[in-house]
Amino acid sequence: MSAPNTAPTREYLKPPVTEVGVLGWLHGNLFNTWYNSVLTILFAVILWQVVPPFISWAFIDSVWNSPSEACRDIDGACWSIIPKNISFIIFGFFPDGEQWRPGSAMLLLLGLVFYSKNSNHWKKSLGVYWLIGLVVMGTLMYGGVFGMQVVETAQWSGLPLTFMLSFFGMVAAYPLGVLLALGRQSRMPAIKTLCVVYIEMIRGVPLISLLFMSSIMFPLFLPEGVTIDKVLRAQVAIILFTAAYIAEVVRGGLQAMSRGQFEAADSLGLNYNQTMRLIILPQALKIVIPPTLGILLSAFKDTSLVVIIALYDVLKTTKVTLSNPKWTGYSTEAYIFLAVLYFICCYAMSSYSRKLEKALHTGR
Amino acid sequence: MNETENKTVPSSATAPIIEVNSMHKWYGDFHVLSDINLTVQLGERIVICGPSGSGKSTLIRCINRLEEHQRGQIIVNGTELTNDIKNIEKVRAEVGMVFQHFNLFPHLTIIENLTLGPIWVRKTPKKEAEEMAMMYLEKVHIAEQAEKFPGQLSGGQQQRVAIARSLCMKPEVMLFDEPTSALDPEMIKEVLDVMIDLAEEGMTMLVVTHEMGFAKSVADRVMFMDEGQVVEENKPHDFFDNPQHERTKLFLSQIL
Repeated sequence: MSAPNTAPTREYLKPPVTEVGVLGWLHGNLFNTWYNSVLTILFAVILWQVVPPFISWAFIDSVWNSPSEACRDIDGACWSIIPKNISFIIFGFFPDGEQWRPGSAMLLLLGLVFYSKNSNHWKKSLGVYWLIGLVVMGTLMYGGVFGMQVVETAQWSGLPLTFMLSFFGMVAAYPLGVLLALGRQSRMPAIKTLCVVYIEMIRGVPLISLLFMSSIMFPLFLPEGVTIDKVLRAQVAIILFTAAYIAEVVRGGLQAMSRGQFEAADSLGLNYNQTMRLIILPQALKIVIPPTLGILLSAFKDTSLVVIIALYDVLKTTKVTLSNPKWTGYSTEAYIFLAVLYFICCYAMSSYSRKLEKALHTGR
Repeated sequence: MNETENKTVPSSATAPIIEVNSMHKWYGDFHVLSDINLTVQLGERIVICGPSGSGKSTLIRCINRLEEHQRGQIIVNGTELTNDIKNIEKVRAEVGMVFQHFNLFPHLTIIENLTLGPIWVRKTPKKEAEEMAMMYLEKVHIAEQAEKFPGQLSGGQQQRVAIARSLCMKPEVMLFDEPTSALDPEMIKEVLDVMIDLAEEGMTMLVVTHEMGFAKSVADRVMFMDEGQVVEENKPHDFFDNPQHERTKLFLSQIL
């Protein structure tokens, strides 16, 4: 017994073995209740059945770069379909000798995107770099100068087409979506109705039908002999589609803003544009980064729908490879490759968005 | 000095800074403010008290047009408050407001919160705005937090920043809407001290508060409002020691 008015000295004991460490984690997470234990065992069995055969199919018995005949003799995966057809999968119908051009255009685009990620670079010079970069990219892709052969836009295909449609789609759809969301909040009936009608109509139809309309119906309304570039039509359809979804997500963010922020801005004397630009939108857009990213990821993968209007994005070029009799039957390998490709791009966007959220976190 | 062609009161040494004439306000069908008449001279400190729902916050929010009135006149520093947006913005630049829930901008640092108004509304150059902001931050004893974000500050600190933010616009009048109601008791004093300093420097203040100690020591006039009407208005000494109306007596007995 301790004497009165003195605090007993504390004895610091070690926790029991099954509560910490690996055993503790297993005990706490996988086996803590009877049904969790059953599930754990069930999943262990499933994994045991699935993973070793997959590994032996994909890695042990597979070939990676052999002629197509060699593939028929093996049980494993025939990854050679990819290296042997890589230039068609990536660049599509771009003429053989000219494939350095879309390649460098893509690298330039990726380089500019990576450069722009660093917020230290967000100065006026960035706009200049982008402008120059876009001109260079356009020249590389289209040709016609410096002795480069002209390549019509209908022949732009493969990965450059996918990147181009998604990148410009996202970049144009975002500000348009923000304007639509603000317009929908407007008290002027004409603007509000226009925005609501646009958003609901676009959201009411699938992207495929928009692409279809842009490619088949729209030219019917143009005067005789006037054509608008097919890739441009697809690009506009993707932009209009994505903007409607972004508008609703941004509207959700605006609704999450407390009235106090508007009132504080009003009481300082800021006008509508200043309030939106300096106070409301920075906060609202930051709140909705997660769903916005979801829409942009969908837009990136939805570029594969342009196959419906006979544009050959990277999905379609891969499918075309499979129609070659030498390589038919290896669709599993081809689609796994495509999945990995899409995954790498989407994961890169995802992880950037997480970094952005962290960087913008201001201890709120 | 008025460039607009709206009704104005000629500025003179005795012209009141705020004039509310027969003002009525409705929220839909509900008559929230009834026949309010108020005159505030430059340098006056007025405390408005009353039970909740009496319309006291609504009244001061009408003065900087955060709420619209439907009948009567409100004239601030010679400019009448109407639907003309130019008049509204003119008034808002002259009237500073401190809110119950601070309403700082969480995505900006403290110093950026303060310089936002001067830079974008008064078109002050950035360096000058920052110097002025630091001066006001020192005045409210919070200069060392200039680069922090509001989320990192305590309630009392945030409210002092909010006061400094309003002061940066160099307003003629400061409105306080229950500035200490959302604060822990130990932080109330630090905010009230800042408000007392402000009063002693001659700032015109309209304060809605339940802090009767502040009213007794600082106010020139105390107004009691109940159910949308001004029931009683008097000097603090007379108001607290000799309330005239039954309702005032009831209210005072409940809070003192």
